[in-house]
Amino acid sequence: MTVIATPKAGRAKQVSKDDSMLKQKEMMAAHYDRLTNAAETGEKIASTFVPGNLNELIMCFDLVNNLPEVNAIQSGLRRQSGAYVLEAEKIGHSEDVCTYVKSDIGMMAKGNLAPNGKRFPDPDVLLLSYTGCFTFMKWFELLREQYKCETIMLHTPYMGDGKFTKNMVEYMVKQLKEEVIPKLERVSGVKFDIDRLREYLKKSVKAEDNLVKVLQSAKNKPSPIDAYFGGIYYIGPIFGAFRGTDDAIDYYGSLRAEVEERVAQGKGPVTPDGDMGKEKYRLVVEGPPNYTNFRQFWKMFYDEGAVVVASSYTKVGGVYDLGFRHDPDNPLETLAEYCLGVYTNRNLPQRIDMLANYINEYEADGLLINSIKSCNSFSAGQLLIMREVEKRTGKPAAFIESDLVDPRYFSAANIKNRLESYFQMVEQKRAGESAAA
Amino acid sequence: MATSVNGSQLHHIVSRAQSLFDDLSFSAAREWKAAAPDRKVVGYMPIYVPRELIHAAGMLPLGILGGGDQLEVIHGDAFYQSYICRIPRSTIELGVSGRLDFVDGMLFPSICDVIRNLSGMWKMMFPQVYSRYFDVPQNYRDDIGGNYYINELAELLHDLGELRGKPVTDEELRNSIAVYNENRRLVRDLYALRAERPWQAPAAEAYLVLRAGMVLPVEQHSELLRDYLAAATAEDRPRRDNCRIVLTGVFCEQPPLNLIKSLELAGCYVVDDDLLLVTRWLTSDVPVEGNPLENLALSFLHHSESTAAKYEPDLKEKGQHLVRAVRRTSAEGVIFACPSFCDPALLDRPMLQHVLKDANIPYVAFKYAENSGQMQPIREQAGTFADSIKLWSGT
Repeated sequence: MTVIATPKAGRAKQVSKDDSMLKQKEMMAAHYDRLTNAAETGEKIASTFVPGNLNELIMCFDLVNNLPEVNAIQSGLRRQSGAYVLEAEKIGHSEDVCTYVKSDIGMMAKGNLAPNGKRFPDPDVLLLSYTGCFTFMKWFELLREQYKCETIMLHTPYMGDGKFTKNMVEYMVKQLKEEVIPKLERVSGVKFDIDRLREYLKKSVKAEDNLVKVLQSAKNKPSPIDAYFGGIYYIGPIFGAFRGTDDAIDYYGSLRAEVEERVAQGKGPVTPDGDMGKEKYRLVVEGPPNYTNFRQFWKMFYDEGAVVVASSYTKVGGVYDLGFRHDPDNPLETLAEYCLGVYTNRNLPQRIDMLANYINEYEADGLLINSIKSCNSFSAGQLLIMREVEKRTGKPAAFIESDLVDPRYFSAANIKNRLESYFQMVEQKRAGESAAA
Repeated sequence: MATSVNGSQLHHIVSRAQSLFDDLSFSAAREWKAAAPDRKVVGYMPIYVPRELIHAAGMLPLGILGGGDQLEVIHGDAFYQSYICRIPRSTIELGVSGRLDFVDGMLFPSICDVIRNLSGMWKMMFPQVYSRYFDVPQNYRDDIGGNYYINELAELLHDLGELRGKPVTDEELRNSIAVYNENRRLVRDLYALRAERPWQAPAAEAYLVLRAGMVLPVEQHSELLRDYLAAATAEDRPRRDNCRIVLTGVFCEQPPLNLIKSLELAGCYVVDDDLLLVTRWLTSDVPVEGNPLENLALSFLHHSESTAAKYEPDLKEKGQHLVRAVRRTSAEGVIFACPSFCDPALLDRPMLQHVLKDANIPYVAFKYAENSGQMQPIREQAGTFADSIKLWSGT
């Protein structure tokens, strides 16, 4: 572990950073530099989405992956998204729709600056991996209107019946073979090499194995990780531009080693304020977090000794803990099956099964739903999910509301109140169980 | 004052359509089902399902379009947060309150994440009912999206065959395609009449007649359309000094009937719209000869309406359907009426508005919910829009 002295208004605050955190920071910074230097280096840019992210395929064409959702998240974390959202609304976007989209549109209108302060390059191709979210389709139509570049649609059918069929996989493979790959070849000028794809996929599997070990380490008591707030950092490389790279293998290898060390030492998760105190509550969380007040939100949990042991949001870019691994022997089929299986492409009964199983397997005290105002893909149906999971597990559930990157919908006092009431409910439930035993 | 024979006929048709519209217990569909043993009813939500398949299985396709402004939603609100549109909560209300207890199957088309997730809720809440999320291709190549869609149609047809206990034959399907071709022709005639002489077929009246097709067997609906077209054409009705507008955004959650009436009262003849698209989704006759599933699939790929739930692969084509609708109907402007929290309509709106702006077509926009009660602001907005068109167009 490295200790960094961060100078701050006269008094230095010691912030603990694990090596994996430093590694990730370097990776992300290098990636943003690579994106913003594209005009000089001549590298071409493919914008795409996290669910259904085909990073291995994109790399086969020497394209650099840019993710508008991640850019919106970065804007949220940097407290810039509020102004971007307002800008988008000023130019005609409805107050009712996805704030990732509006943050992205507003950012473009205000200079399109990356986290490193340099301008994002215009994409050479929009790879619309239409997976698990209707808004994606409109978002890329909006981007196409702006950039007027090649746009490729890869339609992922929804798993309405809780399974994918041969017809769905064949449809996707055919799109990949006859639409996606030829267009990527045309844009990039690079010929597709399926063996190159296989090599990237082999690397993906190594990182995926280690990510799963990290996520499942939360079965320990105390949990060495927070699988929601911390988990968002852990999924960053693999859900973004690094799946299939050596960097990702190194990162997940060292992350796993650190987590195993924490287990051996009986330690809880690392928080922005250092090691978390005594673990009092173990929760499963459904839904994305709020990013404009991310640390404040997280603090409300760790101050109370609450750790998230499993979350659905950390599965939007792949549900590896249920067994999926990219298969280098069937490279196109595996990309199709990956897209089909991501969390938001699963039907409601599957989502309920997953959450109820998490509560049992991770011995959680209950389910907490953070319902996002502008994300129908997640939010529609969550009240039924809550009741059903409660019924099946006998554990209490609670519901809070916020938004992804619109600060207007984060009410700290309301959320804190609800959380405190929820923790009391968990205590009462425990007291009741002890009395009955 | 004496009422003419034609006027009385017109009144009778519209009254019947109005009572079908008002009936939240779906009595007509219940009666149809009760009239013979083994009859089955399959519900569907907006925007499009191939009703031919349900009809070919001998079943009644029943359009479920939410609860409108007359349904008191008690249970439905407990399933949805305040920031989700109204149609799923009133649809849940219809289900939980027993109003759909005679429905044997439900289809949830690919339109948005809310309806998509409702399909899973239906499986949980009504496990005895056959329910299916009906996906359609967003790839329009015959050998890619076409093949996928043919197989999806075949799966649905197989399921419907299971539901009735006997496979559906190609001959049954061809017959149903012919029946629906006839129905679509009549619907196109109705829209042609409205585009040509909108005062003869007021929007609210035409809507009710079209809406009757959601609950009646298609043969009866075609008869109703024929009768209405004859009666409405023959009726002597005064022409108002209204402007002509295209109404868009109303393809899923239905606007209250009063909203449609209000637009015309405010001085806007609605000469085209995207209400009840299922009735005219396929824009030309589906060939009857040959492989029926392939014919339906190819019609979907190449001869179907454009709407927000469909991907437009060609940037130059984006929004042009609206420009064409304006030109075809000699409309003078476009009204965007979008349900609150409707992702497809609201995300699409800025792009469509840019296209209209480039084409120099005026537009105005507002939101509604199916239970909006206060029409005065909408009347004022539409009235001001109509005035501005009358006063400033062409200057």
